[in-house]
Amino acid sequence: MTNSILEYLTVFVLAAFVGIEVVSKVPSILHTPLMSGSNAIHGVVLVGSMLVLGHAHTGAEEVLGFLAVVLATLNVVGGFVVTDRMLEMFKAKPRGRDESSAPSGSTERPGEPSA
Amino acid sequence: MSLGTFIDLCYLVAAIGFIVALKGLGSPKHARRGNVVAAIGMALAIGVTFAQPDLSHVWLIVVGMVVGVVVAVPAARLVKMTAMPQMVAIFNGVGGGAAALVSITEFLGSDPKVLATYKVLEVLFGVLVGCVSFAGSAVAFAKLQEIMTGRPITYPGQQVINGIVGLAVLGLALTVLVTASTALLWVLLALALVLGVIFVLPIGGADVPVLISLLNAFTGLAVAASGFTLDSNLLIVAGTLVGASGIILTRLMSQAMGRSLPNILFSAFGSVITATGGADGADERPVRTSTPEDVGVLLAYARKVVIVPGYGLAVAQAQHVARELADALAQRGVEVFYAIHPVAGRMPGHMNVLLAEANVPYDELKEMDEANPQMPTADVALVVGANDTVNPAANDTPGSPIYGMPIIHADQAQHVVFLKRSMRPGFAGIDNELLYNDKTVLLFGDAKDTLQKLVAAVAAA
Repeated sequence: MTNSILEYLTVFVLAAFVGIEVVSKVPSILHTPLMSGSNAIHGVVLVGSMLVLGHAHTGAEEVLGFLAVVLATLNVVGGFVVTDRMLEMFKAKPRGRDESSAPSGSTERPGEPSA
Repeated sequence: MSLGTFIDLCYLVAAIGFIVALKGLGSPKHARRGNVVAAIGMALAIGVTFAQPDLSHVWLIVVGMVVGVVVAVPAARLVKMTAMPQMVAIFNGVGGGAAALVSITEFLGSDPKVLATYKVLEVLFGVLVGCVSFAGSAVAFAKLQEIMTGRPITYPGQQVINGIVGLAVLGLALTVLVTASTALLWVLLALALVLGVIFVLPIGGADVPVLISLLNAFTGLAVAASGFTLDSNLLIVAGTLVGASGIILTRLMSQAMGRSLPNILFSAFGSVITATGGADGADERPVRTSTPEDVGVLLAYARKVVIVPGYGLAVAQAQHVARELADALAQRGVEVFYAIHPVAGRMPGHMNVLLAEANVPYDELKEMDEANPQMPTADVALVVGANDTVNPAANDTPGSPIYGMPIIHADQAQHVVFLKRSMRPGFAGIDNELLYNDKTVLLFGDAKDTLQKLVAAVAAA
């Protein structure tokens, strides 16, 4: 027993160092997506919720476990979709610019100011 | 290889995926791929969990997941980009709630008499931190969604009351640790929810994003605690990653505001500042207002225009019109760029996301450090819905509450145009000297309306 808790503590400490290391050089533009992305990652609590509900014995455990599964699913799914929407914005930008600036820059310029 | 080993291996792959994903999210090039990697890792972890031997209630799990998906997908898809921060808050909150529920359910399922003390400690930590995160995120959501006021809520003796509740939670936690009493654990859960609410109430305005980042880290730690309870390395790794990175991110954010984290959390920023700001008695001084037509001419014949967007632009949903104006000016050969303060909008980087949504090209977005050297050569600084982030008091008034916060030097441009709804001060609640400057003109009204008029005025000029 004591050994296993020590193993988990080791994992915990190492993961903490990795977490600090990985985000220390993030440009501030990406702070919001990073927050949102890590928000989705802690949705992994869904795995824990599944295990808890899957091993429930009493009615109370079933109710609590079920609630946990619903909430954790909200976290995972919502987290990833929101993050993807944010990052989509970053990616679509250069393309959208080309499409919109090309016509307005060349063909429509003479007519537009008068209107 | 046994099934159990295989499942654990898959969990390891998922954990590696999360680390790679976080790394990817830190660079503009790989950010989206990072998110996809995390999603694949998550799908793998959830998928193999179904293969766990002795997993019962499978149909109930599936029903719960379907309910979650049916609620989350439309909510996350349909929400406006300006409302993203509160979506992050609420999805973070439910994660904290789930972690607390996992911990407490696991506690109910085991015999308290044979439970080792450290096991109870893990449960306590998961329940406590998870509940604070859940309740705190709910209040943060309400503040951002403007269900309740976004300003700090203070009352006499607030810190004493918070302190007492905090001590009560701690004492109760110790009692549960010794007695392993289920009934007391429920009381603790309720009290932790109360603590979450009263902890968040005095934090308002521009500090809410920092708070959400902190609560995000809390949820990560609560998930790690439930990982200890469940003997799951995956939950420990993922939860700790988020907890550690979230705390670093929170520090980066508060540094960008020139303040320490304890100061943000415990000083009820808004109230303190109203007290000091009012002493100036500067409210009666005249300001110069202008018309959209005049400003349109000023902009159209400028060589370099810097747009300084702020929270007001986000609220007015004016990012698309702002881009129209920038394009109209660029067509006339005016050099235009956006100067983005690190805490502009409702979250660091939020303004970039909003402008990106309006298809503003990357190279026109300049971070504060890049923009400031160019300010003295700018003809016009167009400040749209920003205030504190251009307040010179941060540089030259040592007594000011925002003294020391880095600002965008709009005051160094030849002309300054403020688009404001009213003379009401910004989040910090302090007067902005720049508003009374000789080279400053003000255009009152909704940012979107005013920008539309400016687009028309520039076209006519």
